[in-house]
Formats: sequence, structure tokens, C-alpha cells
Amino acid sequence: MTTTSETRTDTSAVPSADADLATYLLRLGDDALVLGQRLCGWITRAPLIEEDLALSNIALDLVGHARTLFTLAGRLDGTGRTEDDFAFTRREREFTNALLTELPNGDFAVTVARQLAHTHYASLLYEALAGCPDPELAAFGARAAKEVAFHRLHADRWVRQLGLGTPESARRMQRGLERVWPYTAELFDEDDVVRRLAATGTVPSPAPLRPEWERRVTEVVTGAGLTVPTPSWQARGGRSGLHTEEFTDLVGELQSVHRQFPGGTW
Amino acid sequence: MTAPTAVTHGTGPAPGAAEDELLAHFDALIAEGETIEPRDWMPDGYRRMLTRQIAQHAHSEIIGMQPEGAWLTRAPSLHRKSVLIAKVQDEAGHGLYLYSAAETLGVDRADLLDALHHGRQRASATFNHPALTWADTGAIAWLTDGAAVINQAPLCRTSYGPYARAMRRVCQEEAFHVRQGYDLMRALCEGTPEQKAMAQDAVDRWWLPAVALMFGPPDTEAGGSDARTAALGAAVSRRAMAWGIKRHTNDELRQRFVDSCVPQAERLGLTLPDPAIRWNEERGHYDFTPIDWDTYRTALGEETHWARRRIDHRRAAHEDGAWVREAAAAYAAREEAAGPPAGPGADVPRQTQEERA
Repeated sequence: MTTTSETRTDTSAVPSADADLATYLLRLGDDALVLGQRLCGWITRAPLIEEDLALSNIALDLVGHARTLFTLAGRLDGTGRTEDDFAFTRREREFTNALLTELPNGDFAVTVARQLAHTHYASLLYEALAGCPDPELAAFGARAAKEVAFHRLHADRWVRQLGLGTPESARRMQRGLERVWPYTAELFDEDDVVRRLAATGTVPSPAPLRPEWERRVTEVVTGAGLTVPTPSWQARGGRSGLHTEEFTDLVGELQSVHRQFPGGTW
Repeated sequence: MTAPTAVTHGTGPAPGAAEDELLAHFDALIAEGETIEPRDWMPDGYRRMLTRQIAQHAHSEIIGMQPEGAWLTRAPSLHRKSVLIAKVQDEAGHGLYLYSAAETLGVDRADLLDALHHGRQRASATFNHPALTWADTGAIAWLTDGAAVINQAPLCRTSYGPYARAMRRVCQEEAFHVRQGYDLMRALCEGTPEQKAMAQDAVDRWWLPAVALMFGPPDTEAGGSDARTAALGAAVSRRAMAWGIKRHTNDELRQRFVDSCVPQAERLGLTLPDPAIRWNEERGHYDFTPIDWDTYRTALGEETHWARRRIDHRRAAHEDGAWVREAAAAYAAREEAAGPPAGPGADVPRQTQEERA
């Protein structure tokens, strides 16, 4: 006879499709939460009040995406963890966001460059997710794709305004692109988890989205009189929990209140 | 144009009419409960009072983002994080509505911000207090926004049309913030003893700022400890009420706030830090300690640590972002030179009188 616990032990030895999907969704959830956390750092510090508003709007959407993705992941991985368990009780090494999303805000141009790279990627990925067989996941993809489409317009518009604005803004925008571009390749990485899920058509693999991403961001960047960087190195590690040194501070801040009140309800 | 039976817009004296005739028409509009619109003639004092009040209100929204904004990255649950982001976002939106309302009086947002940054205009001194713990975000929303709703609800019927319309949107959202603040405090009060202690500590620190500073100085002798201050406040309030800018005295609204908070605090199991609070059967209101305005004002001058921090934070953001605004302006000029603007929102018309309904 097979008990429930034996089944769980078995599936963790050879990851089940559900466990793989949980891992995959956690990555996307971490991307959204960590980027949202970074954007929160701009609020009350933006160059225009309109941008305090726009960036908080985007951060709010991203936190919303993380909540849905964490909840789904907790249900699939068999642990029953809640959205808050994922956000507030994991350690730095357990987060699997891409390094791009945790890069410090830098000046406004660095943030715009990071937004450009991420929103075009997220937009393509969520559109593809909207076509996946799981109805709940497909519904999430469709909703998130709609929201991210606005984030993309916001990033595109700023790349253009800064690229074609003043010599200083063009210089800063180019520097912002150079700063974040080495971190873009990781977004499209495939590993065994993704390969297994993509093989069964459960979720889209990000790798095939890359040419279209390249085409779209190139159009925006060159349209703004700027150059798409061709970095000589690419950073990786976030997906396997190997983060930047600054990430410790980000997680520490994120979890500080929650951890100060063990057993607290919020 | 046919002669109107009642005083309404667009029926007044022709531009260039004698000032007493214009003033009579203005007074008649106020008496009829009509709104004054940007193109209507208005006394200079009315324009000045409104500009100052709306600007101070807009500045308070923008500065008021800071104490709560500092906790966005530390909110202890994702639900609370979402709520707080949405609230701070609303405040930025309120600032924008109100700066737009002020602009209909012939001032410029950039000049108003400059006045804030250089101490010529002020935000509410309520926010010259630090938000020291997570519970402060709840106390601010419950008490400070609660005071704002009571203070501002009558402004939805204020005599200046653009201000009244802005306030209707602001009040709707503020009322939501108060409920969220109360809910946050309730969760803490129902939580661990440590959480409840944090909630009480926050209320201890935010009660007086809300009671004293959100309603302005005492303007009746009953509410003030100093007859001269009260008399001065009363004179300003009388003027503002005659013009229909204000509808109630500061002390009347302050009393209304105390009356609403006491039972809420009792339900939460929190103690409001004023031993004089007790129900007065005869008055039908709660008694509370009169605000010692002079002492309080001295402690909250512009030359205090937190007043400086708020303005410095705001000014630093503005200065750090100068290159971005310059780029946006240069880009807009370039687009304009290149041809007619394309796309939705490229040419947003200014609010017109016709929109006042």
C-alpha cells in the first residue's frame, strides 16, 4: 500500500510535474516580488509626482502577480505554504528571481533600462502563458499580460524621452542600458525544470521568446537614438539562489517586521 | 441673453463692470449656494485664501506620502503591502488633483513646489512627526486620515468649483483609507501582546498630532486655551465661512473627530492618550483636553529635525530628478517642433466651466 507520505517522498526524488510547475511559478513570483520591492524604493523619490504614481501603480501590479503565483506554487508543491510564507519566511538563498530584478535602482535611467528589459520579457512570457492548458494559469497569464502591456508602454516612452531628450539624459540612458544588459540573458535560460514542463506543453519556455524580445527592445532603443549594448559577459545565478551581495539587504528589509513579531497575524 | 430669475453662472455683469457690481454678483452666487468657477470674477482675498489653502492641502498630500512611504518595503504581509502601495499612490493622485485645482486660480505647480521646497509655503505639521514602527502606518491612516475626512467632507461643498470637485474624489478615497487603517490596527490588537503594544505606542504618538494639527488652531474660546489666539482664529474662520470656503469652525470639526474616535478606540481596546476624555451628558459630546496651541506650535516650527527632514527629502527628490524633467521638456519641445502631436492624451484640454456639473 502506498501512503500519502510515501507518495510525496517518491515525487520529491523524481520531481513530479506539479513540483516542477511550482518551481517555475515561484521563479516568476520572485521576479515580480523583488522587482516590485525595488520599485517601492522610488516612491516619494521620483523625478515627477506623476512618476511616484506610475511606479507605485506598477509595483502594485507586480506584488499582485507575486501573490497569485505564490499561492498557486504553495498549492502545487504539496507544502500548503501561503503567499506570505514564501515572501517572508524563506532565506535569501531560497529566492529564485533572476538577478536583473534585484539590481539596485541606480538613477532613473537605470530603473527605466531594467523596466524595459523586464517588461518586454514579462509581456511575451505572460502572453504565452495565457495559452497554456491549465485554466487558472492561463487566466493569470491573460490578466498579467494586460497589466504588463501598460508597464511596457511606460518603459518605452521613457527610453524615448530620455534618449531623445538632452545630451545628459541620452548619456545616462545609454549608461543605464549598459548597466543592466549583462543581466538580461538569465531571463531566457532553460534548465531541466523548464525543459520538462515545456516538453509536455504545460508552460512556455522562455528561450524561444528571446528573438522577439531582441527585436522589440532593439526597436525601442534604436528609435531613441541609443545603442543596444553587446556585453562581453552575462551574469547568472539568481534562478539557483546565488544572488548579488545587495540582495541580503533587500530580503532583510522585506522581512524585518514580519520576523520581529513571531506568531504575529497581520 | 434673457434676464435670469435666479443668480447663475454666465449671467453676471460684463467684464470690466464696476467692482461693486462684480462683488454684488459674486456675493449673490455665494448666497445662492452656486459654485465660483475659474472664469468668474472673484475678490483678490478670496483668490489668495483659496490658493493658500489648496496649495497647503496639495503639499500635505505629497509630504504625507513620506511617513507611510518609508514602510512600503517593510510591510509584514503582501496584502498589507498592496494596501499601503495603493494608499500612497492615492495620495500622489490627490496631490495632482489639488495642484491642478490650484492652477485654475492662475498659479503654476512648479512655483507652488518651489514655495514648499524653500519654506514660503507649508504642508500640514502633522507629518513633521516620525513614523517609527509598522503600527504608525495604521495609526496615521485611522487617525490622521480620519481627521482629514471629517475636516474635508464639508469641502466637497466648498464654494470654489474646481476645489469642490477635487475634494469629492479625495474624500471618497480617504474614507477608504480610514477603514483600512482601522482594519490594520484591529489586526494588531487581535494579534500577539507585542503587536498590541506596538499599536498602543503608535496611537500614543499620533493622537495629539491628529487632534491638534489636522484641524488648525482653536477658533472658538471653548476650544482654545488662549483667548487672543481663539479670537484671531475666529476672524479667519468667519471670513472663510462668509465666502463659503469653510462650512464649520475648526473646533466644531475637532469635536466631531473626537466623538467619532472614542468609541472606535474602545472597540479596538486601545487607550487614547488623554485622561480628560469623558462623555459629557449635558453637551452630548466627549470632553477632552483643550489644545495648548502656543506650546504645540513652538515645538513644531519649521526649524525642527522632522520638519527639515520632510522638506529635505522632498527637495532631494526634486533636485535629483531635474535632469529627467529637463529631458521630458526637451523631448516635448522637439515633438512639437516636428509636427502635430499624435496619439491619445497628447493634447489634453484644460478643465472647462462646462465640466462643473
